[in-house]
Amino acid sequence: MAAVTHDQIQAHHPGPTGLMRWLTTTNHKDIGTLYMIFSFIMFLSGGVMALTIRAELFQPGLQVVQPEFFNQLTTMHGLVMVFGAIMPAFVGFANWMIPLMIGASDMAFARMNNWSFWLLPPAAILLLGSFFVPGGASAAGWTLYAPLSVQMGMGMDMAIFAIHIMGISSIMGAINIVVTVLNMRAPGMTLMKMPMFCWTWLITAYLLIAVMPVLAGAVTMILTDRHFGTSFFNAAGGGDPVMYQHIFWFFGHPEVYIMILPAFGIVSHIIPAFARKPLFGYASMVYATASIAILSFAVWAHHMFATGMPAAGQLFFMYATMLIAVPTGVKVFNWVATMWRGAMSFETPMLWATGFIFVFTIGGFTGLICAIAPIDIQVQDTYYVVAHFHYVLVAGSLFALFAAAYYWLPKWTGRMPSERLGKLHFWCSMVFFNITFFPMHFLGLAGMPRRIPDYALQFADFNAMASVGAFGFGLSQLIFIAVVLKCARGSGERAAARAWEGAEGLEWTVPSPAPHHTFEEAPVVK
Amino acid sequence: MSQTTAARGFDHYFVPEPSTYPLFGSVALLLFGAGAALWLNDVPSGPWIFLAGVAVLIYMLFGWFGQVVRESESGRYGWRVGKSFRWSMGWFIFSEVMFFAAFFGALFYARVLSVPWLASGDNEALLWQGFSSAWPTAGPYTPSGAEAFTPMGAWGIPAINTLILLTSGATLTWAHHGLRAERRGQLKLGLLLTIALGLVFLGLQIYEYGHAYAELNLRLDSGIYGTTFYLLTGFHGLHVTVGVIMLTVMLGRALAGHFSPQRHFGFEAAAWYWHFVDVVWLILFVVVYLL
Repeated sequence: MAAVTHDQIQAHHPGPTGLMRWLTTTNHKDIGTLYMIFSFIMFLSGGVMALTIRAELFQPGLQVVQPEFFNQLTTMHGLVMVFGAIMPAFVGFANWMIPLMIGASDMAFARMNNWSFWLLPPAAILLLGSFFVPGGASAAGWTLYAPLSVQMGMGMDMAIFAIHIMGISSIMGAINIVVTVLNMRAPGMTLMKMPMFCWTWLITAYLLIAVMPVLAGAVTMILTDRHFGTSFFNAAGGGDPVMYQHIFWFFGHPEVYIMILPAFGIVSHIIPAFARKPLFGYASMVYATASIAILSFAVWAHHMFATGMPAAGQLFFMYATMLIAVPTGVKVFNWVATMWRGAMSFETPMLWATGFIFVFTIGGFTGLICAIAPIDIQVQDTYYVVAHFHYVLVAGSLFALFAAAYYWLPKWTGRMPSERLGKLHFWCSMVFFNITFFPMHFLGLAGMPRRIPDYALQFADFNAMASVGAFGFGLSQLIFIAVVLKCARGSGERAAARAWEGAEGLEWTVPSPAPHHTFEEAPVVK
Repeated sequence: MSQTTAARGFDHYFVPEPSTYPLFGSVALLLFGAGAALWLNDVPSGPWIFLAGVAVLIYMLFGWFGQVVRESESGRYGWRVGKSFRWSMGWFIFSEVMFFAAFFGALFYARVLSVPWLASGDNEALLWQGFSSAWPTAGPYTPSGAEAFTPMGAWGIPAINTLILLTSGATLTWAHHGLRAERRGQLKLGLLLTIALGLVFLGLQIYEYGHAYAELNLRLDSGIYGTTFYLLTGFHGLHVTVGVIMLTVMLGRALAGHFSPQRHFGFEAAAWYWHFVDVVWLILFVVVYLL
């Protein structure tokens, strides 16, 4: 009874206002919004770094930045995009949508949820602030390989502590999501009736809890090697720099799936909605997601074929990696089968989701090519790898994030996003993305190494093309700001509770915009 | 509809009001991280910023956990909140297991792979002639002062410490039985004994470190053996310290009359954590001291 009285009080006194509302909020919708605003700011920061890199690479020779600063830019671009932009954006969607999808009143731990978010700005301050300390930011690459990372200045220490803080945030956020999904579902919503986005996030959160502590261990070892005389990565003391790569990629490969599984979940919502058919093969989608997660723990050394390992190891990691193509293929097949004979329409979210299937699958195929050890040894550390992982991270994760943003913006703001601007955003992004990254395949196959500010003359044309594409892609993202601001300011067509004709799920049963508190009484799912 | 859901046991899930404690926690960790980075690079203000972070963190932990205890004692948590707590503590301990797995993995890698590689083939022939892969090792080359060390034996203090931790697990379970059977004296005595055993363990561990530095010349920079020895036992010791603090809070709560035979999640969480620390020690005793 006490809880009921308390919530009644809260309904009449909405709590702190202004800045304090956002600093102290325990509401999953507020926190989801904060995550998304933060991740978009980090996306723009990381984007500015990427554009500086592309400006330098527009022509051979050194024009814009010094090589040491170039190295800092590639490092920080990776760290900011992975830990600041993509991951928090997906957590933002989880916060906003999971309680709405499972009929819960909020996340299981609403106060801890606030802390999970508000740890990110301090981590960002440490990470970005490291540019301004003597010696500059870490320049060891986002993977922070030893021995380079053992030798750098104070910026490296700040990056290590930033990773620790982001790790704490991720682990708390992931525990919150697992517990919410397992314990807060409305009556009748069995696990196998749960929306795919909740399933993919449940499995993603499990991966986060399993591997973020391993990353914390890896960077702690760097810290003690740097300052306390330990020999983890020092062969003279009996350690091994390659050991860092093993520990890092034990984290790093599941991390790749942490950044793509929620995207799979999003696409599995949008395609059925706009094909006006239920998702084809729901159960196989669940099992495929789980298979990808389990396999992700047994493939890490495919990032290290060129560092030297026994042939048996190379074979094992090569075959295990190629095995992942099977569940991923199941997913792509299911999406296409969902579209088969559907009554399809191509509103903006569907354009992004369909685009996702095309370009993400190209990234998946180049991933298979990289998985083959003899080929990988040729393309290791070339632009081919850069092209591969930007096809899965930009055209995969980021495109799915945009699809999701357009799909759920009506639910958040109560306004339909502008179809005209949304389509413009999509086509500009799609075209410029491919202009930027497709030539990188050719550059990589021709042998251009990554993370180098200068290059031989024969690479000039494709690099100029990629740089033009990159600036086009960067500018295209400003269209998205216009779309979101228009919705947030309340202009545009009003959205119905079920904003899209074919959309299914509990989130479409509450009004648009969703009230501050939803499902205080759990709905019953039949 | 609400009747249907209530009938199925779907009580109103407790959602806390806005709170400033997370904000304090974030400021604390910012000061903590920035202070540590400055301190490690010999900037004079570093230690002070670091300590300020620690102070804010302590304030936050007291305030936040205090509020949780008050909310719990006033009966605002239903059974589903209790279930959430249980799930979350389990997953938190799983994350801790993975943290230790990284360090155990490093020890395994060094012993099974990297040290034998250094002592064989081209590495031995061209780089480190005469280096043998016998464990324990400080590696093929160590800076002066750290060359010769004596490894830590297993059957002195470490064996006693194993017994102490195993006993503490038993006393804690005995306390739990007392709590469930409403024998409050047994609960308090059991907790007190567990805390005392934990403190004795920590004392012996500190003594062992002193002994290792002073007499065995076994140091943090004694190559990969010193590295893995100190980092594994050190992080374990840190977790024992956290466990002792948790149990002390539980003893304080027991003395204040908290916990009922049916509802005592705080106690259970501390107990789970303590048993986890126990198990880590057993693995550590075998792979660090014995093998």
